[in-house]
Amino acid sequence: MLSLLIALPLVGALAVALFPSRPGDALPKWSALAFSIATLIGGAVVGIANADTGETWAETHTWIAPIGAHWALAVDGLGVTMVLLTVILVPVVIAASWHDADDRNTKGFFALMLVVEALALAVFCAQDVFLFYLVFEATLIPAYFLIGSYGHGPRRTAAAVKFLLYMLAGGLVMLAAVVALYAFSAQTGHASYLIEDLKQVALTTSQERMLFLGFFLAFAIKAPIFPFHTWLPDTTGNATPGTSVLLICVLDKIGTYGMLRFCLELFPGAAHWATPVVVTLALISIVYGALLALGQDDLLVLTGLTSLSHFGFIVLGIFVVNAQGVSGATFYMFNHGLATAVLFLAAGYLIRRTGTARLSQMGGVEKKAPVLAALLLLGGLGTLGLPGLSPFVSEFLVMLGAFEHHWWVGTIAVSGVVLAAAYVLRAYRLAVTGPERPELAGVSEVGTREIAAVAPLVALMILLGFVPQLALSVINPASDHTMSTIEAGAQK
Amino acid sequence: MTTFQSPHLGYDLIWPLLVVLGAACVGIVVEAFVPRAWRYVTQVLLTLATLAVAFGGTVYVATGLDERGHGAARGSVVAEGAVAVDGPAVFAWGLLLVVAFLGVLLFAERHLDGGVSAFSGQAAALPGTAAERRVGERGLEHTEVYPLLLFAVGGMLLFAAANDLLTLFVALEVLSLPLYLLTGLARRRRLLSQEAAMKYFLLGAFSSGFLLYGIALVYGYAGTVRFGGIADAIANTSGERGLLLAGIGLLSVGLLFKVGAVPFQAWTPDVYQGAPTPVTAFMAAGTKVAAFVAMLRLYSVAFGGERWTWLPMLWAIALLTMVVGAVMAVAQTDVKRMLAYSSIAHTGFVLTGILGTGATLGEDQVGSTQAVLFYLVTYGLMTLGAFAVLTLVRDAAGESGELRGWAGLAKTSPVVAAVFSLFLLSLAGLPFTAGFTGKWMVFASAMGGGAWPVVVAAVLTSAMAAFFYIRVIVLMYFSEPASDAPAVVIPSVLTSVTIAVTAIATVVLGVVPGPVLDLAAHAGDFIR
Repeated sequence: MLSLLIALPLVGALAVALFPSRPGDALPKWSALAFSIATLIGGAVVGIANADTGETWAETHTWIAPIGAHWALAVDGLGVTMVLLTVILVPVVIAASWHDADDRNTKGFFALMLVVEALALAVFCAQDVFLFYLVFEATLIPAYFLIGSYGHGPRRTAAAVKFLLYMLAGGLVMLAAVVALYAFSAQTGHASYLIEDLKQVALTTSQERMLFLGFFLAFAIKAPIFPFHTWLPDTTGNATPGTSVLLICVLDKIGTYGMLRFCLELFPGAAHWATPVVVTLALISIVYGALLALGQDDLLVLTGLTSLSHFGFIVLGIFVVNAQGVSGATFYMFNHGLATAVLFLAAGYLIRRTGTARLSQMGGVEKKAPVLAALLLLGGLGTLGLPGLSPFVSEFLVMLGAFEHHWWVGTIAVSGVVLAAAYVLRAYRLAVTGPERPELAGVSEVGTREIAAVAPLVALMILLGFVPQLALSVINPASDHTMSTIEAGAQK
Repeated sequence: MTTFQSPHLGYDLIWPLLVVLGAACVGIVVEAFVPRAWRYVTQVLLTLATLAVAFGGTVYVATGLDERGHGAARGSVVAEGAVAVDGPAVFAWGLLLVVAFLGVLLFAERHLDGGVSAFSGQAAALPGTAAERRVGERGLEHTEVYPLLLFAVGGMLLFAAANDLLTLFVALEVLSLPLYLLTGLARRRRLLSQEAAMKYFLLGAFSSGFLLYGIALVYGYAGTVRFGGIADAIANTSGERGLLLAGIGLLSVGLLFKVGAVPFQAWTPDVYQGAPTPVTAFMAAGTKVAAFVAMLRLYSVAFGGERWTWLPMLWAIALLTMVVGAVMAVAQTDVKRMLAYSSIAHTGFVLTGILGTGATLGEDQVGSTQAVLFYLVTYGLMTLGAFAVLTLVRDAAGESGELRGWAGLAKTSPVVAAVFSLFLLSLAGLPFTAGFTGKWMVFASAMGGGAWPVVVAAVLTSAMAAFFYIRVIVLMYFSEPASDAPAVVIPSVLTSVTIAVTAIATVVLGVVPGPVLDLAAHAGDFIR
């Protein structure tokens, strides 16, 4: 059944790519949108069913027997959160990017987006490390072409190559760990890559730590956290806003998802061992990312850098290793997806109208286009964690976890929140307030399509801001399960 | 008076090999008696039919092999101990014949260069002379290339199945000499081609010398040239091993030269670049398959007992080969040379797979032999495909390997660019391509053998190697074509079949490698 969910966007991608059409035609766009909405419905069905029993949808087939690889899919609370995020964001991105590829191979653009969706869903459902790794690496190819072929920045080719090489380097280090995992699992007499089987493999402390490092490095580059983040500003500065949403809000979540699922659940002992270093890196990411964002002039790069800070929060939540932290981090992954997507897309609308991404050349848009300004503000406020919007709840949970871990960790993390307020408000002030600029007089208000694209995200942010229980009731059992796995593993 | 005992050759097992060598002889007769106008068709059909029959024979032989040692190995030693027809041997035979078949299709291609093949009309006509012009005007072509190819294939088949050192040496020469000739037969850039042939021949002759010297020393130590006998000698004698170690070293030089491992790789880029591209494709894929199977057999059967003396050497060589191949490839501006260096890097990956020999295996774990065999399948097919694509991109002076000329190819010829990208991604080892599965197998094998430092290094060089493969993709997709850019020539069905088969295999082996893996696993161990 989950295979069908993954196949749906893939079929859509094929259909979109094979339709004969000229650049700018509407047909591929509508079919891409239709397929992504169908996937959204499928994802929603999975989500609702999962609320009752998570196991209904699981499937396991032997795939490559000599390697011990399985085609194994299932979702738990963590997986379903990410699946929902993916299926919600993709139609939004498609609708918001309607005209982004009009001057190029339009159908290729939308087909690649659907490919990204299919691969992301497969990653979040995979219950087999080999399958996970394959799909994890495969996501690079469509992402690479989305940045390189369709980006709007001047250095998009270089950015695409940088992105690919960073990811590939991380991925290949993980490959060594994945291969080693096979070697160790084969020593038990029956090689298998199923996560459930791998949990039973007895590892020595040093083996566990090496494997942990292999996985963690790949995920840290993917997520990204300091000091592996340098591909991030280049990528977001050169890709289209829609691509950035897919990259930052969906694909980069594979990094933090992987930390929870593999680093913590498979190697709990090593995770405890690494906690001080990882927490430090996360704190540096929070503060450093925020400071960089504060001094940034390019609105898209700025949005990318805020994510560096936020990924710091997520990683912090994961590695303080307590129930609040883990639930908070999971919820944060979802909310960060919503808020950052709003911010990216609103920024994209604005840039499309002003013709520049430089904050120093914007200003005074507020009076010409109040709705656009409001969207930007909403995205920003979501990002900085305003109470009443859902990111606040998750940030609060992560903070609780951080303070429980150690008071000074919490204190430093709080400074990230203060800085977030600073950079969001500064960017907002520069971008839209102030006197009207004569050269920006032609800036028009956002259209219905553009509002309709973002509206569901805003609605969700507000709904989950007031009733977070809707999401937390799904997430908490999963994080409890994670915590019990870790505690059991740590005592082993 | 002792009665004469006729040697038992086991024709029922080695006949595919004999068919190939016999047909090569028939091919020479064809050259002598068939009118010139008919030679091309006759030779191509004869060669293809021979390879098809030999392949069918190999499959037939493979299904009838005797089981030995509770199914761990299959096959028998025939020809008075000179040839071992076992699982890995017939697996290599099948692969070699497939590669050769696809190679012949490339040899026979006449659409690309205005109705003539890629081979010189008359090798004896000196470049730039009136004689050469006359040959060009008359539209002559060398049809000897097909028997030469068959001889080379016969040598490769024998090489992969050689069970004593002398057969190994003879097979090496039988496979090498035709390749030296074929290398020098390019129609375009003949001086470059002849220089490459000269270089290949001289260095090849040196390496044969080393090999022969090594054989002599090992014979001196063991008193026999049979692999099994050498293994017994190693197991039963203790003390002075100087002769043996020197012999292993010298033998290794000869074999490592053939596969192009560092520090014996220097000939590879020049020869690959100078040879006619169909020959390069066939040579790159075929020689490596034969040489690696021979090497595996020699190391695991004859020198298996001395594992701990030669494994550290292979660790170092595997590491160096990967690093040198990847680093040098980064600096290349010619696609053909880049692929040559990439093939050096891939030699390093195969060597990584060999490092797993002697690991204690779990119930269903892949062994070193299986990993290497599978890697050779993936490598052989994708290399053949990549070189085949290379023949399509041409300008007025013939094939255009200049990296610059490939800029913007995706805009002018999207299909060719897409297929070439597929091969490059596979060579780089990205998931869902054959290259990934192959890489995974050899890494897993080496990891099982405890060679994790080499695996980590291999992984890092993979990242480096990815850079130059991706650079070509970047050029093809994200650059504007130059005004004097080479054009893509539409090939005949021959090249198209080769490219299609290898491209499909690259995808299938990436997504469902199971059947071929099982086949490799079914090949089992070497016999002695």
